[in-house]
Amino acid sequence: MSNGTVIVGACQAGFQIAASLREKGYGERILLIGEESYAPYQRPPLSKAYMTGDPSIEKLLLRAPGFYEMNKIEFVSGERITEVDLRGGRVVSAGGTAFSFDHLALATGCAARKLPLPGGDLPGVMTLRDIPDALEMRERLHAAENVVVIGGGFIGLESAAVAAKLGKKAVVLEAMDRLLARVVAPPMSDFYAAAHARRGVTVVLNARIERIEGDANGVRGVRMQDGSLLPADLVVVGIGGVARTELAQQVGIECSNGILVDDRARTSIAEVVAAGDVATHRDLYGRATRLESVQNAIDQAKTAAASILGLEEHYTAVPWFWSDQADLKLQITGLSTGYDNFVVRGVPDSESFSLLYYAGDRLIAVDSVGKPADHLAARRILAAGVAVPKDVAADLAVPLKSLLG
Amino acid sequence: MTEIVFRLANGTEHRVQAQEGDTVMSAALKNGVPGIIAECGGSCSCATCHCYLPGDKINAFPAMESFEEEMLEGVASERLPTSRLSCQLNITPDHAGIVIDIPATQL
Ligand SMILES: Cc1cc2nc3c(=O)[nH]c(=O)nc-3n(C[C@H](O)[C@H](O)[C@H](O)COP(=O)(O)OP(=O)(O)OC[C@H]3O[C@@H](n4cnc5c(N)ncnc54)[C@H](O)[C@@H]3O)c2cc1C
Ligand code: FES
Repeated sequence: MSNGTVIVGACQAGFQIAASLREKGYGERILLIGEESYAPYQRPPLSKAYMTGDPSIEKLLLRAPGFYEMNKIEFVSGERITEVDLRGGRVVSAGGTAFSFDHLALATGCAARKLPLPGGDLPGVMTLRDIPDALEMRERLHAAENVVVIGGGFIGLESAAVAAKLGKKAVVLEAMDRLLARVVAPPMSDFYAAAHARRGVTVVLNARIERIEGDANGVRGVRMQDGSLLPADLVVVGIGGVARTELAQQVGIECSNGILVDDRARTSIAEVVAAGDVATHRDLYGRATRLESVQNAIDQAKTAAASILGLEEHYTAVPWFWSDQADLKLQITGLSTGYDNFVVRGVPDSESFSLLYYAGDRLIAVDSVGKPADHLAARRILAAGVAVPKDVAADLAVPLKSLLG
Repeated sequence: MTEIVFRLANGTEHRVQAQEGDTVMSAALKNGVPGIIAECGGSCSCATCHCYLPGDKINAFPAMESFEEEMLEGVASERLPTSRLSCQLNITPDHAGIVIDIPATQL
């Protein structure tokens, strides 16, 4: 009898591997194993609408419970896999349960990086990754007066915007000299600093933190290296994620930042696939890239499912991403890493504009704020490799869509 | 419970029971109706939940905001006067029996 496929990690990528296997006609057993107590759910709302809106978890779920039964996907919750036995074709959970497989998929995602500073583990100093974090944060946020966010990345800025919306005093501490420094060009960083300031968030750049102060009753403030103390009854730490490669490393699968996969989502052990936040692949330009995004989780998972089925599909999808900060929607497509010039399309202070990134004359990425038509056109333009002359890029009278012919 | 009908591009119909709080998008996903992809989970970011309302019922839901309108310019299938993003459509008992057409492709 066939043992089918075991998928470790039951969230966006794990779910998609299972769903795509069935869609593509896989007839063997599928076991989707996750350590969380929830069925696969969406994380993006956790730092956005979920903080202020309806607390019910049902709306976060990717599919209703009946979906798994209907598709013969055996979903196992609350089991953390701690051991992989490749020869024996089985994984074993912390509780000692063994699950046998013919194919193994790793979709273990990433964990929020903890603050490596004294006081980083005080009550009220939090990272935001899963539903329990979000429930705790909701509670603390409503009770708090002063919220300090450490890290001016997407999750940090979204959280700060939520705090400000709830009428809290919100301060963002960013170590670099601009916000979102690793992902966007300076005009976008400057735009967000100004836009958050307009909405009542204090943004501190080049922030140097000494430690977090407080006691067993909770955090009291953030001590800066210049001696000043920022009062805080909630500290949200948004300083990035760490790929959960433990299981892969245990069995000698090659890892570097994440689990290394080829463009068919295969790891260095070809029978094992990996997808999502945990996987590092070569991007369109051959660079090792690990993306933390819903799009990447979905598209890479589809490729992984194809590989399990022995089909030859290559992961070449154009990356895209979104971030909702206050009432501003940012949509990003392509990868801007390595750009050497850019064109601003529209007026940033109007809160509706795009930023087009070029390597030489080649368009490589587009960030759009409040410009969904630009974003959706840019996705197609990048996929088709259509050239966008810079004078056209800057000309709001020419819809980007018109370049698609 | 409100019964609504999804009609796929090939003519197949799916009758589903929408619950209170469902959007047209969530009702499709929960009931395994193919063709509504909804990659962004309903946050009006992806344009893969495109649908068509019946021609005589375009006002059955609150008018769209300009953001949705602009998103529709970029949908993969033809944009018609009846086009909407299904994640923005909250179902109420008034919608009982409405037939929602699903376009041939979302990607
Ligand atoms: C607050 C927040 C906001 C976000 N906002 C956006 C956004 O606006 N747009 C966007 O595109 N992306 C956003 N993301 C990123 C997006 O949610 C992730 O890219 C996506 O969830 C990745 O899916 P994944 O399945 O690869 O990993 P994960 O979602 O991390 O899932 C991995 C799962 O594996 C489980 N697991 C790990 N190890 C084991 C083990 N040994 N045994 C059993 N189970 C295990 C974990 O518990 C987890 O449930 C956001 C993320 C967060 C946290
Ligand atoms: S689900 Fe993404 S826009 Fe509707």
